[in-house]
Amino acid sequence: MLRKWRSWGPPVLLILPSLTLVGVFVYGLIGANLKTSFTDQHTRATEGSFVGFENYTALFGDETFRFALRNLLLYTGAFVLGTLLIGFVWAWLLEKGVKGEGFFRAVYLFPMAVSFIASGVVWRWLLNNAEGERAGGLNRFFDQMGVGFLQNEWWTHPRWGIVAIAIPAIWQLSGYVMALFLAGFRGIPLELREAGRVDGASEWQLYRHVIFPQLSPVALSAIVIVGHMSLKVFDLIMAIAGQTNYTTQVPATQMWIEFTRGDYAKSAAIGTVLLLIVAVLIIPYLVYTYRQERSR
Amino acid sequence: MTRTRRVVTAIVAAGALMAPMACGDDDDNGGGSGSASGKVEVFTWWAEGSEKAGLDALVEVFNDQYPDIEFVNGAVAGGAGSDAKNVLASRLQTNDPPGTFQAHAGAELTDYIEQGQIEDISGLYEENGWTDYFPEPLLERLTVDGAIYSVPSNIHRANVVWANPAALEKAGLDPAAEYETLDDWIADLEKVEDAGLIPLSIATDWTQVHLLETVLLADLGVEGYNGLWDGTTDWAGDDVKEALADYDTLMGMTNQDRQSLDWPDATQLVIDGDAAFNVMGDWAVAAFEEQGKVLDTDYLAYPVPGTQGVFDFLADSFTMPVGTPEPDSTEAWLDTLASPEGQEAFNKAKGSIPANVEADTSDFGPYQQTAIESYAQDDIASSLAHGAAAPISWLTDITSAVAKYGSTGDVDGMQSDLAAAAEKALG
Repeated sequence: MLRKWRSWGPPVLLILPSLTLVGVFVYGLIGANLKTSFTDQHTRATEGSFVGFENYTALFGDETFRFALRNLLLYTGAFVLGTLLIGFVWAWLLEKGVKGEGFFRAVYLFPMAVSFIASGVVWRWLLNNAEGERAGGLNRFFDQMGVGFLQNEWWTHPRWGIVAIAIPAIWQLSGYVMALFLAGFRGIPLELREAGRVDGASEWQLYRHVIFPQLSPVALSAIVIVGHMSLKVFDLIMAIAGQTNYTTQVPATQMWIEFTRGDYAKSAAIGTVLLLIVAVLIIPYLVYTYRQERSR
Repeated sequence: MTRTRRVVTAIVAAGALMAPMACGDDDDNGGGSGSASGKVEVFTWWAEGSEKAGLDALVEVFNDQYPDIEFVNGAVAGGAGSDAKNVLASRLQTNDPPGTFQAHAGAELTDYIEQGQIEDISGLYEENGWTDYFPEPLLERLTVDGAIYSVPSNIHRANVVWANPAALEKAGLDPAAEYETLDDWIADLEKVEDAGLIPLSIATDWTQVHLLETVLLADLGVEGYNGLWDGTTDWAGDDVKEALADYDTLMGMTNQDRQSLDWPDATQLVIDGDAAFNVMGDWAVAAFEEQGKVLDTDYLAYPVPGTQGVFDFLADSFTMPVGTPEPDSTEAWLDTLASPEGQEAFNKAKGSIPANVEADTSDFGPYQQTAIESYAQDDIASSLAHGAAAPISWLTDITSAVAKYGSTGDVDGMQSDLAAAAEKALG
């Protein structure tokens, strides 16, 4: 008995503090949030009673919320594709042996050090939607460079406005994805390439059958990391468009609006929906990495 | 159970905001002894600019009148008051109320009243003679079911058009023209558009709500407008439909980049002569004066066409929270706030006009003089965009509807959204 305690006790005691904190502040609060989302606490005054899934059916019946979900999907698509594409190309160029690799690596990575709020303030100006004489930011740049037809409404476009918000996000995170890919490239042993060349593989075949398969775990990590960041987008939108702007509504801004007006039940429901969406992305990834590690 | 939830809510709120809660005075000495000592924590979002200057001036008067009561500044900056409101909500829920807190006078107080978080102070009004300080129509608008819950510190007017006479002349208009109705005004706005200027400058969503409220006031009249808030005017009806059509016309003549701007930018367009008109509350006068502009030569200010004789008011006010640690100190603060001296000092620094009609306003600016005159004799209506007419929750829905229209341009959709919002709010 005592012997068992000697081997089990210290580890358990060691992880107990973090277990308690995570239990209370992560899972406890998720539980509290879930519970609130099943009540009708629509003002700060009422305590709320159990109403089941009423808040959720109301949410999905709400046109604006569906619009916000669609926006989130568009934004995530643009953000993930954009960062993967640009990040991969940068990493590939550096891998090819561009001069001054250290310099470019730093330049590409730097935007990541800026907070979304700070860069959002600058991008709010860059993405100003005035055209012609009063244009500012990028529209003015286009105008002066003689490519005035490129001027557009940016984030105020009724349908595709949200994609404009992805531009600064891509700018900030591409460097990070580049770093991931670069590490992936460097992790591929030279012998593998040489073996491929000896076997007479063309450059494309080398990439297709030797390098890309080795990079796929990196790409998956990148998708998960960038993807879950994009699902949580909030600060960038608040800084660029503000919370009330219709074209850039996403669930997170809606949750903030509902919380601010005191509709706790509805904001909790939106929070739960967001959590589920992120879980759809994260849980398969966790399962996958867990299996990978076990098989090693 | 309830307690747990409250604690949890508070933690979530505080954590989400990362708000400075350091000002909470947990170290109260429990129940002020006598009426002339102790301290009062004044919770506001007046942390900078003319608002901070106004608060400082008011504190000076307070220190003169009640030298033994310590003023504790509980200001929370950020988000035009929304951060402060979130912090306040969690403090009230955890029964840690400040000595007094700032809130827009009128319907914005509804939530606090319904939750039993602020005291009915009609008794204090009578005891201290505050009733005589404020004009009857204002007190009427402040009264909820026969009770008054706050003391107004200042008055702003929302239904003001600002115009640039030079821009008007450039568009071939007579700057001295007076517009009886919105239609007259719209006719001239079209001429401005033909001249290649921005007819009407506007900014982000809340300024659009602000414009909408003045249009509703112009087209429905005071009675009809007030009826919107108690259900006697039908949001889905033809009168509102016509008003929204006017709003649609006006929005069609605004600047393209409105979503990127806030109100000072929109007002600046008029100051610079890029735009002819701007509808904004009378805090805009500070922007003109700071740049050395003179009323009636460099800029014009008059009621929105169709709202002559109506004073669309909004006011900040202070409350007596339930369970406040030192009610006597709070009463002292409210007394200074209501007094002519306090109102004069505060409003001169802030650029608003005193709610107290006895305050000495002889050395207020030329625009304020006109506002003071109208305030004393006009009909008073409550501003929507600034919390006087409708509770926050309703205003949130109206803002969403207006923002959605701003993007889609669908007027009928906006009307049905507005009608749905009214139904939800009025039950």
